[in-house]
Amino acid sequence: MVKVLIPCGALGLGYDRAALARGVAEGPDIIAIDGGSTDSGPHYLGTGTSKYSRQSTKAQWRELIEAQQAAGVPLVIGTAGTCGADSAVDWLVDITQEIATEAGLALKIAVLKSGQTPDAVAEAFEAGQITPLDAAPEISAEVIRDCSNIVALAGAEQVQAAIETGADVIIAGRTTDTAIIAALPLARGCHAGAAWHGAKVGECGAMATTNYSTGTIMAEFDEAGFTITPMGDGVQATPRTVSAHMLYENSDPYILFEPGGYLDVRGAEYTALDDRRVQVTGSTWHATDRYTVKLEGARRAGYQVVSLVTVRDPHYVKNIHDWCADINETCTAKARRETNGDFTIELRVTGADATLGPLENAAQTGSEVGVTGIVTAESDALAMEVAKILNPFLLHHPLTATEPMPTFAFPFSPPEMPRGAIHEFCLHHVMTLSDPMQAFRLSVIEVGA
Amino acid sequence: MKLGELADKVRSKNAGPFWLTLDIFCADATVFQQVSQGLESTRVAQLLGTDPAVMKRFDMPELNVVKFSIPRPARQGAVDDRDMHGASFANLLAEMEV
Repeated sequence: MVKVLIPCGALGLGYDRAALARGVAEGPDIIAIDGGSTDSGPHYLGTGTSKYSRQSTKAQWRELIEAQQAAGVPLVIGTAGTCGADSAVDWLVDITQEIATEAGLALKIAVLKSGQTPDAVAEAFEAGQITPLDAAPEISAEVIRDCSNIVALAGAEQVQAAIETGADVIIAGRTTDTAIIAALPLARGCHAGAAWHGAKVGECGAMATTNYSTGTIMAEFDEAGFTITPMGDGVQATPRTVSAHMLYENSDPYILFEPGGYLDVRGAEYTALDDRRVQVTGSTWHATDRYTVKLEGARRAGYQVVSLVTVRDPHYVKNIHDWCADINETCTAKARRETNGDFTIELRVTGADATLGPLENAAQTGSEVGVTGIVTAESDALAMEVAKILNPFLLHHPLTATEPMPTFAFPFSPPEMPRGAIHEFCLHHVMTLSDPMQAFRLSVIEVGA
Repeated sequence: MKLGELADKVRSKNAGPFWLTLDIFCADATVFQQVSQGLESTRVAQLLGTDPAVMKRFDMPELNVVKFSIPRPARQGAVDDRDMHGASFANLLAEMEV
């Protein structure tokens, strides 16, 4: 039996403190928490930074280190610092060292890094070791070398190597969401299908229960299956809440690919042990011949400056798309004449169809709309130049040449808001490894004493 | 009747930066059958602006859920993406007549 305590779906999301304390009191074998995902967008991987506030992260991470000290078992975080790039791992290591120093704690920290050098990945691509997944974009060695960060998603083997160092705290770069939970049960010989399936159900904490906000759950693994127990007071896991979690953020609700194989839950049976615990058996793990790890990469996609104008005049609200189309055409032509370099202008109408764009089929406007002018260009300077050329159009552009000059509402001065460099995800591929540790680096540091 | 009135919940979410997944939760087997039979894949694909040949569909009677997965209409967070987490596509589906 291996008990994995999962405080919540991700460091920074928060949990019910009483639920976490109950979990610690129940004697877990490890505490595992996710530190990120791609879900917040390409900026974080592109820049190697965290989306959460440093102070807030530090406050919550300190509580989890206190829980680790109280439980006397390892604390593991995967995908540290939102994106799991090496710089984001360093950021959390730094925070951890501060916490240890301030609390007078002696901590052994294992650091698992997942960052890949673009050159090494480009060479692997040229050697045929990189395979596209469904709906992957076209790539080339040039696209790969253009990435500011590439990470490989570690699986159970790499996390197990980190656990074997005997560290108190394991800070891992990019891992699969499940690997940090499945690693110890797999190392101790629990049922492999159960280890991965229980890890998938548990990766979002109490999301697989009746009360998401309590955060903390215990996942218990053995030779036959796994059991999910919510730690929050009055919270229930039911066969439905547990089984429905395979739907979440998965394009296939039955099959989950992981490094070294895949999980198949088609044979899973969900049994309510009582009114709060669910036991699951029957899921299976299928090892594959090739050991592959998924890659994520982000590269710069230009520079942006946005401007916001609000339009209240009913005549203009009614004809807002014509107004935008006319501005876009006229302003683009003017900026092409007056500047050099590549740029695009897009006007999005909040209050009409800004969210769904061309797919919107029920657009209707109210008394006003917001128009966001988005200039994307090859340099910061050009983006600002074009945004400044756009400014008088957003302020005064008439629908027809004969009407009196209108004026619209800028909420800010200056109206131009620089967004700096923007990034895009450009890899949806797997890389074949000859050894699971080949693409990862493990080190141990001791702090305090 | 609109799908959103018939189903308990319609949600959409990224399944990684390159895929979008939409889940329709039905209260019971009767509603599930109505949804499962009333939603033609071609109509859903057209609504979402995707090729029906690449759309994945799962009719899951054990959960009373119908699930669709499609390559993301725009790569998550790219210049032409409008919805970072992909949650708004659910509204489009919920407003569909069944």
